[in-house]
Formats: sequence, structure tokens, C-alpha cells
Amino acid sequence: MIEPIVKPRRKNPLKRTRLPTSPPRARSRASHGFTRAAAEGRFMLQRCGACGTFCYPARDACPTCLSADLVFADAPRRSKLLCETTLHVPADVYFRERAPWRVGLVAMECGPRLVAHLHADCEEGGPVVMSFQLDKSGQAVAFAHPERETPNMTDDRQWREMTADPKFRRVLVTNGRSIVGQETVTALKAAGASIVFVGVAEPWKPFQGEDTLRAMEGVEIVPLDIGDEKSVADLAADIGGKVDILVNTTEHVRAGGLLDRQGTSIVRDEIDQAYLGFVHLAQAFGPAMRMRGSDGVNSAAAWVNILSVYALANWPVFGAYSASQAACLSLSHSLRAELRPGGVKVVNVFTGPLDIEWFQTVPPPKVAPRAVAAAIVSALKRGLEDVFVGDVAEDIRQRLIANPKAVERELGA
Amino acid sequence: MDSNGLMQFAGAVASGAVRVVDLTFTLSPDFPVIVLPPEFGQAAPVRIQQISRYDASGPAWYWNNLTFGEHTGTHFDAPIHWFTGKDLPNNAVDTLPVRDMIAPACVIDCSAQAAQDADFLLTIPVIEAWEKNHGRIPERHWVLLRTDWSKKGWRDYANLKDDGAHTPGPDAAVMRWLVEERSVIGFGTETIGTDAGQAGHLDPPYPAHHFLHGGGRYGLQCLCNLDQLPPTGAVIFAAPLKIQNGSGSPLRVLALVPGQG
Repeated sequence: MIEPIVKPRRKNPLKRTRLPTSPPRARSRASHGFTRAAAEGRFMLQRCGACGTFCYPARDACPTCLSADLVFADAPRRSKLLCETTLHVPADVYFRERAPWRVGLVAMECGPRLVAHLHADCEEGGPVVMSFQLDKSGQAVAFAHPERETPNMTDDRQWREMTADPKFRRVLVTNGRSIVGQETVTALKAAGASIVFVGVAEPWKPFQGEDTLRAMEGVEIVPLDIGDEKSVADLAADIGGKVDILVNTTEHVRAGGLLDRQGTSIVRDEIDQAYLGFVHLAQAFGPAMRMRGSDGVNSAAAWVNILSVYALANWPVFGAYSASQAACLSLSHSLRAELRPGGVKVVNVFTGPLDIEWFQTVPPPKVAPRAVAAAIVSALKRGLEDVFVGDVAEDIRQRLIANPKAVERELGA
Repeated sequence: MDSNGLMQFAGAVASGAVRVVDLTFTLSPDFPVIVLPPEFGQAAPVRIQQISRYDASGPAWYWNNLTFGEHTGTHFDAPIHWFTGKDLPNNAVDTLPVRDMIAPACVIDCSAQAAQDADFLLTIPVIEAWEKNHGRIPERHWVLLRTDWSKKGWRDYANLKDDGAHTPGPDAAVMRWLVEERSVIGFGTETIGTDAGQAGHLDPPYPAHHFLHGGGRYGLQCLCNLDQLPPTGAVIFAAPLKIQNGSGSPLRVLALVPGQG
């Protein structure tokens, strides 16, 4: 039974902020199959193509038949907790600071046994459900959950190390003018965020939903024009030390590729808003977030980007926009590596065309802004890194795995 | 004027006998800019990016990179800005005659009417009434429309509603009349444009732009401190940046006003 976490008190200004430390980082190349699974919230093990054996840890040959045909495949999660132990004085700094820490030996119904971090409600000898999670090093680790939901389950201390749960955290949503931004604010408040700062650029321009947004409790509208370096720096000077989660809801979608556009001003706007806006935010807010990665219940935890799935494969109908998104995707990987020492996750939420005015002429299926907001909150609660929202995004993801060249030709048809 | 006269003038500026009034808003990223429907190209907003500030990027010096559209902040419109002035000679900010950058102004105070009606339109009868008190508007003078709009907060200043901006400006007849019958050198306002917020619905649309620039005249907008100017007798110094083939530019607009004593 887990005691619910309580809203953290204000910090004692005489105390030094605990600096982030990282759990062990080294992994083999083959083990990054687990990293990918954890990033997407899937449970995958290597499976032998010849004899069907699931195996763990990652290997180069099947332990049963020695075939080299080992492929990561979705695996059943049901398992049994054989035995557990509690580490009271670990040698590793990260775990020592978090001791006591429970781990256990788990027998999977599909075969392998593995050592896993334990949710507090897992009982020795009882059934558990497995997942792979990204730890504060960004590496995949096995995590055992109780089979059924238990009270205050998400407040488990060891589980919260694996996630970026918005509960009692302070969030900056960068653009409150868009429907996606407004839905995100609502979803984060519902998920227990203690305060949501909402950026509004050019406050002299009225916008739809403004009155509702202004009336929401625990929501504070702040001036933020992410295309403007100074505006971003000014806001960071005010609240940079208390942004635990940053959700970049910038939205600047324009149709068109290269040849039918005159001049570069639209392209420039796209880059200013999407790419440079990202740069401004990262430079202003990133350093403090990285430094505050272990700062208690409301430590800095995650940075969320909403990216078009066409960042992965250009859709020439929105060709220049796709390219700006690809630039942001590349930048997100740099940010991810740079925030990793702080244990701050970078979550990329990939969407197909949204059900907003700028995709008006695009036929369905389109993604409802509310679905994007729900996916963001779900990713934070589950500690995911790469999320695909809606049928189009999932379709592109799968087709890219199968044949990237085919995707290029088909999107350009 | 001999050099004595010019020296006398310089002395008067130095002594305060001629007062210098700054009619310019600070050029900053948060100042409202003209909003067009999003499918059109947009004016780049004002951006100020620091290159260095006595730091690792430049230990002893502070400087910035700037980006902005030609029509941001307190700015000047040249005839080439509008299709009606596109074929005129010397119609861009780099070629317009420099002597036009210094000219006297008539200030029409419509602040009371604008306070009553955001869509107030300046008409010929309003100016004729002004002329009864202050005399006929002389040739090659600026006509500046005082509305006290510059004293508003940004939201009320832009005053955007779901049917567009609601800000005061001139009607079509008065613009044609000012250009053809009064030969003004230009027309200036405190609002975001020389035209009224709803001027797209006038005939012709945006008559200030249409007639001013078609006649080779100039526009000034986003002016402030017009309440410090006398109805007549002020001299405007308005020199836009010399941008190659530029359609306009942010600038410092100064008014020289007879001071006390």
C-alpha cells in the first residue's frame, strides 16, 4: 500500500539543491532493442526466428539452438516475482541516494528470468506485469508492476523515478493560442499539475478560448513569443527555476513546398517559429532544467515536443513545413543527449495532420487536438520518449520500418 | 537663409526656444504590427538578437543583430509601397528627395471624436472647420491626425475584433482632396496605419495609401506625442533609412516646436 505523495513545500533556500546523478549507463548495442521498446512503451524481447525461444538479456545467438536469427518482438508481459531483495547501502551514488531500493528476480511466462526494479506493491511469489522503462540515464531497465491497479499506484517512489508524472509538477505550455495548447493545459491540470504557465505571444491579439483559459484555476498566462529570443529569456528569468515540464505547443503550419511559393518569407516564418523557437526555449530553459533533475517531488522531469510525423518522411504537399519539422526532430536528439545528465526526458509526440484549420482540406483521418493532449499526459505518466498519435502517424512509422524509399515515393505521388 | 539664420536656429534648439518633440515609439518586439490575413506574407516582427554584451562573445562591447519589416514601429511609407505609386520616379526611401524629409505640419485634433467612436473617419467638413480657425492648409505641409490613440494599451491600440481592426482614419474623399486640393506632402496618424482599421471596406480600399502614394506623397504612422504639437507651426523631421528600393522604414520622427520664451 502506497502513501500518496504530498504537494512539496516551498524549498528551504538555505539548502543546496541536490544535483542529478545517473544510474549506470553502459549498454551493448544489441541491448538498445530494449531502449527502443521502452521509448515507445512496448515490451519487446529477442525471439529466435528458428526455434521461437524468447531470450534475455540481449545476445547475438539463441541460447537454445545457437541460431543468429534473433529479432526483437513484442512479448507477453505476465510474470511471477520469484524473490526480492532490498538494497540498503548500494555502492552506486544514484542508488545510494535513493536507498532503500527494491529489486527482484522475475520469471516470465514466456521463458526468461530477469532482474527488475519493483513497484512497492509487488509481492514475492505473486503475479507481476513487466515493462521496460527508461531510467534517469535514458537506458532501458526492466520494471515489475502489480498485476492489478493498487491505491496511489503512480505515486510509488521507484516508479516516479522512471516517469515524468505531471502530478504536483509545474508546467510551461508555450503556446496557449492554439486549440492543442488549450487542450494540453486542461489535460495537464486534470493530471494534477500544480501550476500550468501558458505562453501567449502578441497579447494584444485576441484569440478563441481566451476567456476560458484566463478563468482556469492554477493556470497563469505569461507573455511568451518563442520566435523572440528576448521574450523567451525574459520569461526564463522569471520562472526558469520552476519549470519542471516544458511542453512546446508551437503551431505554425503552412501548405506548400518549394516551387509554388514566392520568396522565402513563409519558409522563414516556419523556421523562426519551429526551429529558432525551439532553440530559444532550449537555451533559456534547458540549463536550469538539467540542473534541477533531482530536485525532489517536483524535480525537472521532461521536455515535450509535438512534431509532425512528416519530420520522418517529407510530405511535399506540406513540404517546407515537413522540413522545418525534420530540423526540430534532429535538434530534439541533441537536446535529449544534452539533458540526459540531468535525467530530464525529451518526449517527441509525432502526429499526423491535426483537425485544425491549417489542415482543413486534408481528408480524414485527422488527429483531434484533445487526442494529442491525452497522448502527452499519457507519455509523461508512462515515461515514454517516442509517441505516435493517430492512424496516420502509426501508419508512417510502420511503413518507414518496412521500406523508407516506398514512403518517399508514395508521399510524393 | 544665411549661415547666421542657421546658427540662430541651432542656438534656439540648444536654448529650448525651439523645442524638440519626439513623435516616435520605441522600436521593440512587443509593439503591435499590421495584421494581414494569414495567407498573405507577413511583416517580420521586430527582433533584437544580442551578439555580445561584454561577455565571451565580445568582452568589451555590446551590440545586437536586428530584424524587422519595413513597416514596423513608428514608420514611413514611400509611394512605391502602394500599387498606385509604383511607376512614379524617385518613389522609394533611397531615392525620395531629402528636402521632403523636413516640412511643416498641420495637426487636426480629432481626439474627442475618436474617443467616442473607434471607427471615426476624418472628412472634408472636419478639415474645413479646422481651416476656419487656423487658416487654409498650405502646400507641402504634413497633415497629422491627432486621435490620442497612442496613449492606449496595446490591445486597445490594435483593437482587433472578429471583423478586423477598429481604429480611426481618413475617409476616401478627404484623402483625395488633401492630395489634389491641398497638395499635402503627406499624412500621418497615431494608429498602426495611415488608413482606418476598417478602410478595406472604403471605396477605394485603403484610400490614404491609394491617394497619397498615387500622388507621390508620404505616410507616417504609429506616431505619438501629437498632443504636444500646436495646430500649426511645427516642423517635422522625418528621414527614413536609406534602404535600397525600400517601401518604407522605421525611423525617428522629430517635431520642432516654438518653445516658451
